[in-house]
Amino acid sequence: MRSWGKSSEDMRCKCVCPPYRNITGQIYKKNVSQKDCNCLHVVEPMPVPGSDVEAYCLLCECKYEERSTTTIKVIIIIYLSVVGALLLYMAFLVLVDPLIRKPDAYTQPLHNEEENEDARSLAAAPTPSGVRANTVLERVEGAQQRWKRQVQEQRKTVFDRHKMLS
Amino acid sequence: MDFLDEPFPDVGTYEDFHTIDWLREKSRDTDRHRKITSKSKESIWEFIKSLLDAWSGWVVMLLIGLKAGTLAGVIDLAVDWMTDLKEGVCLSAFWYSHEQCCWTSNETTFDDRVKCPQWQKWSELLVGQSEGASAYILNYFLYIMWALCFAFLAVSLVRVFAPYACGSGIPEIKTILSGFIIRGYLGKWTLLIKTVTLVLVVSSGLSLGKEGPLVHVACCCGNFFSSRFSKYSKNEGKRREVLSAAAAAGVSVAFGAPIGGVLFSLEEVSYYFPLKTLWRSFFAALVAAFTLRSINPFGNSRLVLFYVEYHTPWYMAELFPFILLGVFGGLWGTLFIRCNIAWCRRRKTTRLGKYPVLEVIAVTAITAIIAYPNPYTRRSTSELISELFNDCGALESSQLCDYINDPNMTRPVDDIPDRPAGPGVYTAMWQLALALVFKIVITIFTFGMKIPSGLFIPSMAVGAIAGRMVGIGVEQLAYHHHDWIIFRKWCRPGADCVTPGLYAMVGAAACLGGVTRMTVSLVVIMFELTGGLEYIVPLMAAAVTSKWVADAFGKEGIYEAHIHLNGYPFLDVKDEFTHRTLATDVMRPRRGEAPLSVLTQDSMTVEDVETLIKETDYNGFPVVVSKDSERLIGFAQRRELILAIKNARQRQDGVVSNSIVYFTEDPPELPPNSPHPLKLRRILNLSPFTVTDHTPMETVVDIFRKLGLRQCLVTRSGRLLGIITKKDVLRHMAQMANQDPESIMFN
Repeated sequence: MRSWGKSSEDMRCKCVCPPYRNITGQIYKKNVSQKDCNCLHVVEPMPVPGSDVEAYCLLCECKYEERSTTTIKVIIIIYLSVVGALLLYMAFLVLVDPLIRKPDAYTQPLHNEEENEDARSLAAAPTPSGVRANTVLERVEGAQQRWKRQVQEQRKTVFDRHKMLS
Repeated sequence: MDFLDEPFPDVGTYEDFHTIDWLREKSRDTDRHRKITSKSKESIWEFIKSLLDAWSGWVVMLLIGLKAGTLAGVIDLAVDWMTDLKEGVCLSAFWYSHEQCCWTSNETTFDDRVKCPQWQKWSELLVGQSEGASAYILNYFLYIMWALCFAFLAVSLVRVFAPYACGSGIPEIKTILSGFIIRGYLGKWTLLIKTVTLVLVVSSGLSLGKEGPLVHVACCCGNFFSSRFSKYSKNEGKRREVLSAAAAAGVSVAFGAPIGGVLFSLEEVSYYFPLKTLWRSFFAALVAAFTLRSINPFGNSRLVLFYVEYHTPWYMAELFPFILLGVFGGLWGTLFIRCNIAWCRRRKTTRLGKYPVLEVIAVTAITAIIAYPNPYTRRSTSELISELFNDCGALESSQLCDYINDPNMTRPVDDIPDRPAGPGVYTAMWQLALALVFKIVITIFTFGMKIPSGLFIPSMAVGAIAGRMVGIGVEQLAYHHHDWIIFRKWCRPGADCVTPGLYAMVGAAACLGGVTRMTVSLVVIMFELTGGLEYIVPLMAAAVTSKWVADAFGKEGIYEAHIHLNGYPFLDVKDEFTHRTLATDVMRPRRGEAPLSVLTQDSMTVEDVETLIKETDYNGFPVVVSKDSERLIGFAQRRELILAIKNARQRQDGVVSNSIVYFTEDPPELPPNSPHPLKLRRILNLSPFTVTDHTPMETVVDIFRKLGLRQCLVTRSGRLLGIITKKDVLRHMAQMANQDPESIMFN
């Protein structure tokens, strides 16, 4: 993880110096290697005269820190694209799909409990392996329908019947 | 060769909302193992295959650890960014959070650690003002808008793609691990949607945490990988061992506490936890923590935001306030569980439950409106906890550390004496008090909404706020009254004797303990967060006190309470059954009911069996010698019967409706013109568990719990009287506890 994309922005030595005599607290950051990460190298310009440097530096705390800007960038962009894709698919399922497929169970209201049971057994039943879809498209279509039924079943359990997760 | 020697493809799988038979799964695994061992001597290839099989457990753990760690890293980074998106944006690179944006900037000051020109608040960006009323109102408005937007997105994604992704998931996982089947609960879509929406809801500023859902996410990973290996995919018992380990990996990355994760899995989630699983959990937790560490989401080489490190000692007299915090934790736990369950019951039974989306929007709006004006509730809860845990050294500049310093102080950094509180501390105190009340109330309404929501973080926040306030109180008391007899011994003027951060930590542990009733794993998690062995005693004292206090008001923790509320068939190992009832009181059929549906060993035809299957919906049928003698022979599972008959009708010539079904070893010689018999000895379980009718229910419940039975037959002097299923046991227990026995969920 560290080897790729290690730019100058990926490491810092941060020294926090508390208020001392009449000098206010200061924060110093510098791009130095781990072994140089101490007050003497990082605190520049030194706010105190030479004789006080040692006492001042004793108060400061220096920490070497690393991060990976590439990881952050990649992860945030991937996350955003996943959310975007899900949003598009959601919009498709909610808005466009019911228009294409009119008599879809997806939008039909529940009529009675009996129908519910039917839907459940349908969702639970394994797909018959004997019936093979011809094209890839049909198979994808079938898988999507099966998935939709499962989600619908889950939705009924959780949101309508309040059987679970309430 | 008899066709029945080959196993059926579908045998051994269960239907949705059914419980598994642990004994059967275990014996199936032993059979499988024996077969592989005997085969491995045949050829070098088989030997390699057996080696691979033996290793597959560890490989699954490795994969789970890698995936759970990666997902936790993604969640942490994305939450960090999106939380700050509510307030502003980084102009140099939009994917940086506030802190990352000013990471290298030299314009940060001691008082304002994260202020730099690259980071622009929305008001600065839109109207060019950073101060003033109009800028405040604009920021306030946009904060609420972003929060609403995230929450709405989350609840719609959950509703459209994966309804099972809502909630914390731990009650359901506990139930699944105890042997219940919920199809799709650990599926790929649940995994995806839970991960994505978790980021959204945490960033929206709702009073919830990511820790519980991370356990669910890790279990989904576990399920994903275990279905790739035949050893686990075909055996529900073995799969649950993997899931136990995955839960450990989840907590490991949630708190950066690998050992705490293993203990959490053992104490809180798992049902069946053999030593082998312990080692595997340990490995999975290790890999997960290591993966997260290499992603380094917080840029501080730590796995959690609120990692603290201090080594100031504590004194015996401080145990008193620690125990008080324990009492507070217990009371909070009781209050939270009672109110939350009452609210969730309302949601489950009244019209309120019909508007899940509206509810989420309303709660988010209220949270955002109240949270923004108070600086302690505006920031993310993890950051709040992190600040409360922190010790006020000379390097701290926050409001909480606004003490009045002695101007000629020249001590080294880490030994600062107790100081009088400055105005900032007093302001912080009342702001914290408001934040405490707000958190307590809003968490009750947030947990259980139809979005992923954990309650570790809000509970810890409540405890940390209370603890910090008590800590500051004790500190000031000690500073101003050195001469009191309790302080004279250990707190001389100019000594650093009270660490408020430690009180916050103890308070957090106590509140978490009060809600979840964890003890050992809780202390270990807290101890791993601090890396200081010296605080184990205060944490233990607080955890135990809070458990005592909370147990005095009600025996069950929040997860058990939710399990009961939803009526999941969960047989708790921790419960005691103390009623003096007998097996004969619980078994079916009851007096006056129709007799038990049984199969006979050599007199029923295929048609009879099919009618029996069609007319009843029992999961299995006892097999007896004959209807008259009722002597028990074995037990046949419904599913296997159906498959066996279907297979026989399809493949074996001569099996027709009139064929006799034989469960005996050798069917007698039949006259030549009779139809071909159907031999079903193979699917017969010859060692069904039996008890006599006078066995006390105490023993029966124990057998069900410890062996994970699905059903148990009741006999008297070898004659079959009835059957007790797990459902009957659970209903009986509910009845004994004065609850509605019909609320137990079963298909």
